[in-house]
Amino acid sequence: MRAPLSWLRDFAPIEGDPVALAATLDDLGLVVDAIERVGEGLEDIVVARVDEISGIKGADRIRLTTVDAGDGPLEVVCGAWNFAVGDLVPLAPVGATLPGGMQIARRKMKGVASNGMLCSGRELALSDDHEGILVMNDVEGARPGMLLTEALGIERDVVFEITVEGNRPDAWSIAGVARDLAARLRIPFTVPVPAAAPSLGAPIASLASLEALAPDLCPRMTLRVIDGVPTGPSPRWMARRLLMAGMRPINRVVDVSNYVMLELGQPNHPYDLDRLPGAGLLVRRARKGERLVTLDGVERVLGTPGRGLGDTGEDCLICDAEGQPVGIGGIMGGERAEITGSTTRVLLEVAYFTPMAVARTSKRLGLRTEASARFERGCDPAGIDRAADRFCELLGAPVAHGSLDARGDVPAPLRIDVPASRIEQLLGVAVGAREAAALLEPLGFGCRIDGQVLSVTVPTDRPDVRPEPRGVADVIEEVARTFSYSRIPRLTPSWPEPGGLTPRQRDRRSVADAMAGVGALESWTPTMVDDADHRRMGLTGPAVAIANPVTREEGWLRRSMLPGLVHALARNANRRQGAVRLFEIGTVFSHPDERGRESRGGAGGATAAVLPGERELVSAVFAAEGDDARTAVAAWRVLADALRLSPISVVGDERVPGTHPTRSARLCATGGEVGAVGEVDPAAAAALGLEGLRVGWMEVDLGLLLDPSVAPRRPEEVQPFSRFPSSDVDVAFTVPEDVAAARVHEAIVGATGSLLESATLFDVYRGHGVPAGARSLAYRLRFCATDRTLTDEEVGALRQSAIDAAAAAGATLR
Amino acid sequence: MTEEGNGAPAVAAARIEAQAAAAIGAAQTTDALAEAVTAVLGKRSDLARAHRDLGRLDPDARREAGRDLHDARQRLEGLAAERRGTLAAAERAAMLQGDRLDLTEVTEVLTPMARGRLHLVTQTQRALEEVFVAMGFTVAEGPEAETDWYNFEALNMPPAHPARSMWDTFYLDLGQPETVVLRTHTSPVQVHLMEHQLPPIHAVMPGRCFRRETPDARHLATFHQLEGLVVDRGITFAHLAGTLETFTNAYFGPDIHTRLRPAYFPFTEPSAEVEITCTICRGAGCRTCSSTGWVELAGCGMVDPAVFEAVGIDPGEWTGFAFGFGIDRCAQMRHGIADLRILDENDVRFLRQF
Repeated sequence: MRAPLSWLRDFAPIEGDPVALAATLDDLGLVVDAIERVGEGLEDIVVARVDEISGIKGADRIRLTTVDAGDGPLEVVCGAWNFAVGDLVPLAPVGATLPGGMQIARRKMKGVASNGMLCSGRELALSDDHEGILVMNDVEGARPGMLLTEALGIERDVVFEITVEGNRPDAWSIAGVARDLAARLRIPFTVPVPAAAPSLGAPIASLASLEALAPDLCPRMTLRVIDGVPTGPSPRWMARRLLMAGMRPINRVVDVSNYVMLELGQPNHPYDLDRLPGAGLLVRRARKGERLVTLDGVERVLGTPGRGLGDTGEDCLICDAEGQPVGIGGIMGGERAEITGSTTRVLLEVAYFTPMAVARTSKRLGLRTEASARFERGCDPAGIDRAADRFCELLGAPVAHGSLDARGDVPAPLRIDVPASRIEQLLGVAVGAREAAALLEPLGFGCRIDGQVLSVTVPTDRPDVRPEPRGVADVIEEVARTFSYSRIPRLTPSWPEPGGLTPRQRDRRSVADAMAGVGALESWTPTMVDDADHRRMGLTGPAVAIANPVTREEGWLRRSMLPGLVHALARNANRRQGAVRLFEIGTVFSHPDERGRESRGGAGGATAAVLPGERELVSAVFAAEGDDARTAVAAWRVLADALRLSPISVVGDERVPGTHPTRSARLCATGGEVGAVGEVDPAAAAALGLEGLRVGWMEVDLGLLLDPSVAPRRPEEVQPFSRFPSSDVDVAFTVPEDVAAARVHEAIVGATGSLLESATLFDVYRGHGVPAGARSLAYRLRFCATDRTLTDEEVGALRQSAIDAAAAAGATLR
Repeated sequence: MTEEGNGAPAVAAARIEAQAAAAIGAAQTTDALAEAVTAVLGKRSDLARAHRDLGRLDPDARREAGRDLHDARQRLEGLAAERRGTLAAAERAAMLQGDRLDLTEVTEVLTPMARGRLHLVTQTQRALEEVFVAMGFTVAEGPEAETDWYNFEALNMPPAHPARSMWDTFYLDLGQPETVVLRTHTSPVQVHLMEHQLPPIHAVMPGRCFRRETPDARHLATFHQLEGLVVDRGITFAHLAGTLETFTNAYFGPDIHTRLRPAYFPFTEPSAEVEITCTICRGAGCRTCSSTGWVELAGCGMVDPAVFEAVGIDPGEWTGFAFGFGIDRCAQMRHGIADLRILDENDVRFLRQF
């Protein structure tokens, strides 16, 4: 909201530097986003009459004018053409400073001296108009030599642009801001009682009626009738305040309505009584599917539940006395009984609408107005009559005797007992009951001190304060706020429990570090993706859809990080930044239909809901020069080693979605499969924009990989190793292509037992000397014992055992 | 007049089709097929020529001949597509067979390459975690998809609460009513923690969050937050203020300070907005801080009694504070990132810098 300082001063004698006042407002939680100084820099500008206009030799864009600003003719060069001899214009004389900081000096242009400058509206920060000079012929009373500020009735002012938090409807008004400020500055604050408007004589009941049928949605309403509304624009002071507050003056009635809302925070609605059939209002619930065209010209469908929990589709309708809707209660009026420039009889409605009801209707209709925003936060039910009186006072026209009222259950003042000890317990600073009372009372809280207990009566304009016991914290917040957060000491707490990461978090860091170690850059690809990308990668199962996506390309939760990473590769390739390795650690989602619907409720009997499955994956793509599935396997080995995992089987020849059918393998730990490794299917890579490039790939479920019951770690205990020389034996086998190297390896390990230190595959060969359909695998076997040097005979026997076992697995010694 | 044109049009069409079908059937590779298709269906094919010659026939004959030619073309195109599918599948099968690799016979070790990098967000998250771990905090995590209860209701925002509009929310399409959301903040992790662990609790909770907003230089629709929660005996607002100051000094440097001003969050009471000395101008005043010398960092406050009630913690015995701020924002402030959107662009020229 925009709060002019002069308006704030109607309620409290606020003095001081605007910057300091803004800092005070900030400290009170009324955040000042900007300070606007109105009328500043106009002190030197005067009204001048144009007496003569003549051309300048050699210039076709500027002219020489002779103006009179009260002390005789003055020659001024001007580049604007929108004025004529006799017009009144603003003159910035030599020595003046414009609002933008521009200094006016005597200048020569095309050999002609200019003794000042004629100004446009924008140059004077009065309007956006920069088309020409501000011509003021129709400004009443303006004459040459007069100060511009005097002629236009501009007073210097300061406007604070303030953001008021959602729980402080009381402060969302000029009077509310003034009250907070006055309390902090310890100066008096008063809201003047409105003077009685002239009486129309006739009782209101003879002119209008009120029937309230929805006391739960609108528990309180008052109506007034005003006859003989003055026509023409609002007085200049009111128009000026509205403009400073950011509202455009429209007509007498609408201006007063807005003025009262801004000043007191109470929205209100004037109707043209002569356009209200039945001359009265009826308040009721909207029927299902009922329609109404609101003031903004949009047809609204009412009484229909919308998206989200707890929306029953109830709307409060304001109708004419015959039951036809003329507005949505607390939100926006309809076109039918709108105030016009020719309205003479006004029916004024001031009401309290149930905040949650307004919030629901406003959200459902996507219709947020100055009124709805205030009503949904909660207006003061006790301020209704004062607002109506203020409206009548400001309009100044005769008012019918009395009011029509509906009175139901509105929030009543709360009583809350706050133990002084609780204040210290929550804030960490000893604010005694007496001091707290002194802070709260200027804000309208009634305070009584009863020993060590502060008994507080909460005014009805403070809906942020809840009933006991929660309200205790709310009152203490108010104490802290008015005491000032800056005066609360800063203490560092300490506790005996140690901090730290969980094993899972430490392991995750190891995984990331290992991946960076193999040259991969960590990426951040989108969680919300296009399901078509899943299908391109061969992931055909159901994806969880976003109900309200921003775009179709971000319409589903990712089931794999592979499409995102391949896209990232493609984007970098397009930017000539190819040949990279990327990895990501993140969450992927599975549809509840895939694994049986399980639900997660909450404590306190919350509604159980079906949730998607979440898994944390580490995923990597290898597309550096020469990378392929082998790179991925090698990287996987680095990762497994970094985590000190017990051996995990690489099981090939199975179909892994999205991967190269003859170049992929599953990673199987003793407790089950933990992931897969291989190469991206060339067709899938091409579909995502990477044609003709081998991309090695790995995707591992961290939840499984880091669970020792699934993927055990090597023991923590130190393993003894031999102090005696070891013996190496190289053996090469011819192995048919359909026998995995892993089977040969397992056979050798199984047959040689604890005397085998390592069996390393060091060469794979296909071609001359090896039959088609087979390859040669060469292993280096290293044997040793912990207690002796092995004899040649022993090594020979071990070698033979290895060869025999390999033969049983299908490998023939070369 | 071509030779074909002299015969009966239907016969001509049949002959052309037969020859063309033979050519298509004879192609043994997709490349050869492409050539054959151009030859028999292209602009210079007999079929095309026959079509051009139609104009010389009388209207009735033209209609009949035209239909025959059209039908022949349709059949040939179908045949070509079928053949293309067969050949492509065979070629792919051959390619895959040629590619066949036993992933257990890999002897290669990785080609040495420049070390990779952790993402700046990860590095920032680790740095933040380290500061808090050193102050005695543990680190907790929670799911990214949440129920309405955890994201809103347990945090003192019942359905239709106006404060919910502070967070534009993505709902998941898992049936009516829509009660599953992508978490809009890390605060639901607080609720999980308090449900499953008895106080005392001293934890920070980093994680990815989602808001249905249009990204700009200072906001991302997907972003990372770090939440803090302390529930213990004798915890006060003064401890909250001190903890944040200690953190700020440790992470941003000793000349960066905090100040608190009143704010509103449904799940804390009293609540505060945390501002820190502008890291760009070090408090002197610049464009980033609108000449105030301060920039917003975090929201915080004392845990609201309604939240304690929702998770069954006695607010008479325990008090607590919570805070939350953007990990990405911290990175932005510390590294002078003009536009946050560079973070999820994955351009390696950015990734390699940190």
